[in-house]
Amino acid sequence: MAIFLTKDSRVLVQGMTGAEGTRHTARMLAAGTDIVAGVTPGKGGRSVDFGDRTVPVFGSVAEAVSETGADVSVIFVPPKFTGGAVEEAVAAEVPLCVVITEGVPVHDAVRFRALAAGRTRIIGPNCPGLISPGQSSAGIIPADITAAGRIGLVSKSGTLTYQLMYELRDIGFSTAVGIGGDPVVGTSHIDCLKAFQEDPATEAIVMIGEIGGDAEERAAAYIAEHVTKPVVAYVAGFTAPEGKTMGHAGAIVSGSSGTAQAKKEALEAVGVRVGRTPSETARLMRSALTRQGAA
Amino acid sequence: MDLYEYQAKELFGRHGIPVPAGRVAATPAEARAAAADLNAPVVIKAQVKTGGRGKAGGIRTAAGPVAAEQEAERVIGMDIKGHVAHRVLVETATVPFEEYYAAFLVDRAEGGFLAMVSGQGGMEIEELAANNPDALVRLPIDPVTGVDQDTARLLAAKAGLPEQAAEVLEKLWKVLVAEDAVLVEVNPLICTTDQRIVALDGKVTLDDNSAFRHSWDYAEESDSLEARAKAKGLNYVKLDGQVGVIGNGAGLVMSTLDVVAGAGAAPANFLDIGGGASAQVMADGLEIILADPEVRSVLVNVFGGITACDAVANGIVTALGLLGERGHGTPIVVRLDGNNAEVGRRILSDARHPAVRQVSTMDGAAEMAARLAVGA
Repeated sequence: MAIFLTKDSRVLVQGMTGAEGTRHTARMLAAGTDIVAGVTPGKGGRSVDFGDRTVPVFGSVAEAVSETGADVSVIFVPPKFTGGAVEEAVAAEVPLCVVITEGVPVHDAVRFRALAAGRTRIIGPNCPGLISPGQSSAGIIPADITAAGRIGLVSKSGTLTYQLMYELRDIGFSTAVGIGGDPVVGTSHIDCLKAFQEDPATEAIVMIGEIGGDAEERAAAYIAEHVTKPVVAYVAGFTAPEGKTMGHAGAIVSGSSGTAQAKKEALEAVGVRVGRTPSETARLMRSALTRQGAA
Repeated sequence: MDLYEYQAKELFGRHGIPVPAGRVAATPAEARAAAADLNAPVVIKAQVKTGGRGKAGGIRTAAGPVAAEQEAERVIGMDIKGHVAHRVLVETATVPFEEYYAAFLVDRAEGGFLAMVSGQGGMEIEELAANNPDALVRLPIDPVTGVDQDTARLLAAKAGLPEQAAEVLEKLWKVLVAEDAVLVEVNPLICTTDQRIVALDGKVTLDDNSAFRHSWDYAEESDSLEARAKAKGLNYVKLDGQVGVIGNGAGLVMSTLDVVAGAGAAPANFLDIGGGASAQVMADGLEIILADPEVRSVLVNVFGGITACDAVANGIVTALGLLGERGHGTPIVVRLDGNNAEVGRRILSDARHPAVRQVSTMDGAAEMAARLAVGA
């Protein structure tokens, strides 16, 4: 098993005919993803040849869903058109929509999040997507740096996700979810923690956070109440100055709220071990699994 | 992007929200002319993007043009919490009968919009929320239907604002929507003795991601290296340390800064060159970092995920070629890991560049860069 995405997921790609869309569709196919359709308005009826597989292109998400039974959409369209693309996927009742695009206006994200409530799970925007190694990949997370296994990972950051997946590749991952670095995202740390807690294939969880907002503090409160599996964490941004955006639009410290220190303390207060570096976090995960194995 | 008070008030004015008559002045002489023009007692307000201006002496009253010039002389150039006031706003002095607080914002925690309104304004909102939470009305706003007349009336009534404030609240919401703002805040919103509602202050934060659908022209005064980096499309933030940092991915770069600090040196900057890490971007990045006179060593921390390390290594070699002599003086510690790391490392060692040293782990590379910078 895994969370949100399995070998049975039928994936469509919005923006597949664009350069990024084509490139990453090929990579997803190589990772084992069952890609059943591409969607580009005005280009319906064509198809794209990916060597082993020819993927049909539809002019609308609704058409692609009714023709192929797609149940996941991955979005690679420019920021200007992302809001409309997500709303189209929501209207077509696609259960999972993964928004890779960086630079989506926050008002658009607030709007599609509201429209999706109770209908579509949105992951992102500004995220690397998610991967259940050996089964399926929806997004841009490299498949060849890691393996299938028993760790669940949830992160705001793409490259830190890769770093941890690589360091722990010998143990492997059930699913790794990059929830995105924007101020407003569709899926939270808590949503993923809940799913990992319920997933029989996941034995332990790595949570990667960064400065800004209070998602990590909320996650800490949730862990205390609901998560019995071992959780280790890493928080980036201890040296970030106040008021400056550090790359991710959501990574900004305002006054005393949103600091890495506050997040670390909140997590440690509920028994989550927090690594000082990504490598130390990987070591903490190893010892957590060893202890669990001995228990 | 935060706006200055005068920019926020210009926006308010365009959306029909009453603000005091005012002019921006960059010199005492301009302040004098502005006061003469306004022909009334004025307030001179330091234009800085931080709070606590009043306490710092950045808000002063003046009875007429001569006093305005004198007061502006004191305020222009003033440093308030590290922000230098390059301009003042000269405004007709407006006396509040009552003070309120009103804001609309993006609520990150809930992923929605939130209205916050209080009948008690003028103090820091954090203070109000902590000391008298019942006096602060919080109402989630439906992103699809927004704030209509009824919602605005309800907000005004719940917070104890006069009826005529509802119209201003509705317009304030329109500013948030029309300008793609993540925050519009008026503190204080006032009622004058003649029952007019006026925005006496204004804070607006715009969403940079929405710039493509606006024709904003808010020139930023920032560190010149930041301006140069921005012109090259680099995601660079200047910090105060000696170890220059380049990495791919915002999270990894933030983490790298922390690991450098943990190794006993201060990072000189944040620079995310993104997933692609092309030679040109690497060269541009190295050039900006080496132009910072504080920088004693550079740490290049790249995890090859989508882009394999051999491509990154070739990028670094090409970048150093483009930089020529400029790339020789400062030691550059490179850590490559992930996809094709072995091949990447070999490309770098074969290039035998005098400035480059390789360390295979992030923690080890940060330690070496820190040691090279602080000379321990």
